[in-house]
Amino acid sequence: MPDIDAAPVGRVSPRAVTAALLAWVWPGLGHLFLGRRTKGLILMGCLLALFVLGVGMDSRLQIHLGLEDPLALLFSLAQMGAGAPYVLARLLGYEAGQVTSPSYEYGNTFTAVAGLLNILVLIDALDTARGLKDLPPGPREPRP
Amino acid sequence: MMHSHLVTLLVFSALVSTVFAMLLRDTTRARLRFALLAFAGFVLTTIVIGWLTNPFPG
Repeated sequence: MPDIDAAPVGRVSPRAVTAALLAWVWPGLGHLFLGRRTKGLILMGCLLALFVLGVGMDSRLQIHLGLEDPLALLFSLAQMGAGAPYVLARLLGYEAGQVTSPSYEYGNTFTAVAGLLNILVLIDALDTARGLKDLPPGPREPRP
Repeated sequence: MMHSHLVTLLVFSALVSTVFAMLLRDTTRARLRFALLAFAGFVLTTIVIGWLTNPFPG
């Protein structure tokens, strides 16, 4: 059954904010927090697999926040969407990548897509906590 | 880690299709159908585009 949040339209409850934060910190954790166990575990498995495979394929994980190279900034922000796995991989010394590796560009794609997908998962967790997802079929009544 | 282009494509397509299916569909049956269609779309589109670019010089 959907968890219909009691917060009025336009306001986000602390539970929804917690779910969104957990979803960003660790992929799938937001859904586990909301009781969506199967969905959370599948999302966690897929996103972690994407990210870990990307790191294994010599992806670069350097933080680039300057505006002189906008594409590098967007790429860095996309990777940061993966949350704690990104930080952990950097702490473990995988930040530089290996540009001469044949799989370098594939690795970059895997890690960036993992981060971008985790942002979608975060939004899904937020909507689920607000009662806007997983509703039974049929016309939806307007919220008060 | 993975040095085969085809294996990389298959793994990437499978993982991304699964995530999209979990986010965009609500029932198990609908998710399976969506994931299979998305996976086929990823793989076939890549192969077709790769085939179309074959005449271009490397």
